This record gives sequence, C-alpha cells and structure tokens, in this order.
Amino acid sequence: MIWDTYALLVAASLNAGTVLAFAALGLLINEKAGVVNLGAEGMMLCAAMAGFACVVHTGSDGLGFVVGMLVGAGLAGIFGVLTIWLGSNQYATGLAMTLFGTGISAFVGTSYVQSTLPERTHFQVPFLSDIPWLGNALFKQHPLVYAAVLLSLAMIYFLNKTRQGLILRGIGENPDSAHALGYPVRRLRLWAVVFGGSLCGLAGAYLSVIYTPLWVEGMVAGKGWIALALTTFATWRPGRVLLGAYLFGFVTMLQFHLQGAGVDVSSEFLTMLPYLANIVVLVMISRNSDWIKLNIPASLGKPYSPSA
Amino acid sequence: MLRLDARPEVSGFWKYGSPWLALTLTALMGLALFAALGKDPLRGLQMFFWLPVQNMRAWGELLVKATPLLIIALGLAVAFRANVWNIGAEGQYILGAIFATGVALTASHTSSAWIVVVILAAGVLGGLLWSAITAVLRDRFNANEILVSLMLVYVAVQMLMFLVNGPWKDPQGFNFPQTPTFAQPTQVPKLIPGVRVNIGVLLAMVGVVAVWFFLFKTRAGLEHQVNGMAPAAARYAGFSSRKALWSSLLFSGGAAGLAGALEVAGPIGQLTHNFPTGYGFAAIIVAFVGRLHPIGLVFSALLMSMFYIGGEMAQSRMGLTKSLTGVFQGLLLFNLLACDTLLHYRLRWLRNPS
Repeated sequence: MIWDTYALLVAASLNAGTVLAFAALGLLINEKAGVVNLGAEGMMLCAAMAGFACVVHTGSDGLGFVVGMLVGAGLAGIFGVLTIWLGSNQYATGLAMTLFGTGISAFVGTSYVQSTLPERTHFQVPFLSDIPWLGNALFKQHPLVYAAVLLSLAMIYFLNKTRQGLILRGIGENPDSAHALGYPVRRLRLWAVVFGGSLCGLAGAYLSVIYTPLWVEGMVAGKGWIALALTTFATWRPGRVLLGAYLFGFVTMLQFHLQGAGVDVSSEFLTMLPYLANIVVLVMISRNSDWIKLNIPASLGKPYSPSA
Repeated sequence: MLRLDARPEVSGFWKYGSPWLALTLTALMGLALFAALGKDPLRGLQMFFWLPVQNMRAWGELLVKATPLLIIALGLAVAFRANVWNIGAEGQYILGAIFATGVALTASHTSSAWIVVVILAAGVLGGLLWSAITAVLRDRFNANEILVSLMLVYVAVQMLMFLVNGPWKDPQGFNFPQTPTFAQPTQVPKLIPGVRVNIGVLLAMVGVVAVWFFLFKTRAGLEHQVNGMAPAAARYAGFSSRKALWSSLLFSGGAAGLAGALEVAGPIGQLTHNFPTGYGFAAIIVAFVGRLHPIGLVFSALLMSMFYIGGEMAQSRMGLTKSLTGVFQGLLLFNLLACDTLLHYRLRWLRNPS
C-alpha cells in the first residue's frame, strides 16, 4: 500500500518538475547567450493566463500551449529589445516585466477565475504503463513531461555538438570576439531571449492547463524565481537543470504528502520548504566559487554594444 | 529606417524630458488598454491621474502611501548604487512589521507614548536581521543575493501567515487571520490631527537629506559607489567590496523594516494576513524611476503612490481589479528605460539605408 503512495509521489514530482524544467531550460538558453531575464515570473503568469483562456474558448490544449508560447515569446521580445538594443539594465527591465506581467494577467484574467476545463483523458504509455509500480510512477504522464526530457537531451546536443550551439555559447562568453568573427551578437541574443521566453510561456501554460488546471491570480507563486535559481544550481548544464527541476518538484510535492500524512507541523512551515530548500542548495553550490566561475557565461548580465 | 546615433555627451534636455515622455506614453498605453478591454478609457485614466491629486484630502492619502515607498526606495538606491541587488525588500518590510507587532502587542492603554520609539527600532532590527541573512550567505558562501533575498520574501510571507493564523490571532476576531488592534499608545503620532499622514513623512524627508549627504558629500559615500561603478578601480584603491555589500544590505533592510513598522503601527494599527501589498517590489521601480537619486525618489514615490490609489479607485468605482496598479508601474518603468535611450542616443530617420 505505502509503495503505491510513493509511486504517486514520484509521478506528482515529475509533473510538478516539468513546469520548472521548461522554464529553467528556457532561461538557460538566455543565460548561455549572456542575458539574465528576471521577468520569468511575469512571463509565466501571462502565458498561464492566456493559455488557460484559450483552452476555455477553444477546448484545445495544443492551441493553449501555442498561445502560451507566443505570449512568452512576445513579452521576451519586448524585454530583449529594451535590454539588448536599447541597453537598459537587465535586472530593472526583468523586474518591470514581472510586475507588469503579474498585474496584467490578474487584470485580464478576472473573468476566468471561475472557469473550469473539461475532464482530461488520462495519458499512458502503451505496455510500459502496465509494469507494476514503475508504470504508475513514470509512465502515466502528460506527453509534455516526456517532451521536457527530450528537450533537455536536445539542448545538451545543441550546446555541445553543433556549430550553432558553439556560436551561442561564444556570444555569452565573449561577445567582442564573436562580433569580431562577424556574428551578429545582438540579433542572436534577441533570438535566444525570445526562444527562452517561449519556453517560459510553455511552462506557464502547462501549469494552468494541465498541472492545476485552473487560473488563479499570481498562481505561478515563485516558480519563475526557482527556475532562475535552477540554472545556477545546474552550473548551466541542461541535464542537471532537468534533475534539479525534478528535485524541486519533489520538494513541492513532499509538503502535500506530509500534510496528507498528518505530520504535526503548521502548513505555513511546509509551504516554506521549497523556498528554504532553494536557498540551501544555492548556498551549497555557490560556496565553491571556482566552480561557478568556471561555468558561468562570462558576459552574463552585461549589455553589449558593438563599438564599430 | 530608424537609426540610433551616439551623442557625444548626455543630453541635458532629455535628462528631464525623458520621465515626462515616459509618463505620457504610459498614460496613452493605459488609454489603449482600457479601450481594448471595453472600459471607458477617460474614466479609467481619471482614476489614476486625477482623483489621487484632486484635493488636499487626496494628497494626504497620496503621502500615506508614498512614505513607505520612499523609505524603502532610499535604502534600495544606496544598495543598487553599490551594485548590490537586494530584490527582497518586501520580505524585510514584512519582518519589520512582525518585529514591530511583537512589541506593540505587549503594550496596554497605560503604556507610555515612547513605546513608539521601541516599536520603530524593533522594525528596523527585524528588517536588518532579515537582510543580514542574505549578506551572510553572499559574503561567506558567494550565494547570489538576488535569488536569496527573493526566496526570503516567500519565507517571510509564510511566517506572517503562521503568526496571524496561530499564536497572534485575535481571539475576539471572528476567526479572521489578524492580530488584535494595537493599544492606543502604540499609534505612530500623526502630523496633523484628522489626516492619516504621520511622522513617517518627516522621517522619510530626513532620510532623503541624509542619503543625499552620504552619497554626494562624504568620502565613505564615494567609496561605496565606486564599488558599483568600477569594481576593479575600487579594488585597486583598496575600497572594500565586503563593506559595501554589508552596508548596502543592512541599510536597505533596516529602511524596509522601518517602513514596515511605520505602516503596521500607523495607518493599519494591527497585523493582518493581507499586510504585504507589494511595497517592497514597487519600491524597486521607485528607485529606478527616481534614477537612484534621493530627490528623484521623492517624485517617483509620489507617482507610484498615485498608481496605488488609482488601482484602488479603479476597483471601488469601476469594478476593475487593484492589480492594474502593477500594470501601470511596470509600463512606466518599461517606458522610462526605453526613453532613457534618448539620453545617450539621437534618433535619426534614414531615407535610404546604405
């Protein structure tokens, strides 16, 4: 019996981790290109709102994801133009995005707070989902859960084995050299930011359409910030980002599990868990400053303007 | 095609023109937003740009909300100038209120009025200790202060929830998550009887002068800022970046804590579950819109307060949501950041790009 609950806990952790994984993988691409986007939280909220509204009206989850990605990409585009072309401060612009996104999603979303989505069909991988225990734990997830795994593998390949990946890392490590070699640094950065934004958008839409599924004001509740921290935890490596996302998915689920198991601790302290865990892991990773220095994209957070 | 040409020096005109252009653009975007959502655009703008300043009473409310924003933003401006990114002022603000409440709840009707001093000091201490966590983790373990200070906001909110739902819950409060109303002597003295404005405004003005003096008239202030502008030069000159880190975080945390204490023992008079209203985040915008300059902060705090009141007006009179406040605040900062390009660049329209 107890093993069945563990299987459900694993399944729920993967589900929760997927939201973080998409967002963090998107932010990873941003940061590899040298841009920090503190607007993740705001972009995710807008995408969650837009994706949910789209599914309410059309009934199509797929369309909801697409709309979420478009919203994320569009907002990231605004952020990108401001920071990359107009040279505004990345931190300030990202924070403005988060405040703006939190406000506008709540404003536009008021009429959807009561809406519900139709019951979902349960997904399962043929044959594999029949395996005892493992089937329940791993193989009854939404297709996007597996897509997140594939995406991280694709990113490992892209960043390490392809020419384009090398160029992307180059503009994050040393934009001056990349510029001297004739690469359009600012345009490539903008594309990286837009791509990252679309993944944050997908994360937001997955949250409101599949994970919860409902729309509540401010429902992202810090997941954008946790995703930002994940890129540092993972020392900017996609595989570790994915594992980190599942770890935090697990911590998030653990609180519900503990509450359900009747642990005698106030729910407020359990709700703190993911944020505290985040700080603890961040400290553990960061204390080795050489390791961070070795892995951090060298031009991270610094604006670049070709002097020519 | 539009092209940006670098100016040889910063444009004096746009230094003062850019905020006005940004404000105008924000108002226009607000119009478009209201219209797009089928609300009366002019009435919408009236909520944000006219009602908050229409008479003396409205100005009083404007000052009530501008005071905490200004106090927090003063601290943040000092930190940001040293390149220390304290994004968690909201958490420090909450901790300030929690510490202040701890003192205020011990008071009775017979307490001396001097207890207000203790309450405010407790608030400063609360904010300071909360930001010290970030400082220690940054200093000792190199943990990113943006992420740590932000995560601590969520932790602070949960602590507040625990207190108002548990140990501090008012037994006579019909199960509302809030503390009892504080005893009369804890009330922060009002400036003019009958108006909600209290001595917090004076403290904020003292803060403006003090920060201005520190930044521009003292050697310590110079050293502090060189750490932000040119870290390499600061190291060369022997200025301590650790000192800048600690002083930035402790000062901004203490200021946010003071604002929390002034708020909880001032206009509110009890700690409630909806105490955090995002002042700590809005103050970041105040700091940037005010260009990290103490005098600039006064104006941007008033402006941001205007948007807060506008949001409340839009909610009570037009049935819209208060969250419009964040929309206007975010838009203003976007627009300002974009308009500030004009400080350093000239826009040129090229007929035939070569």
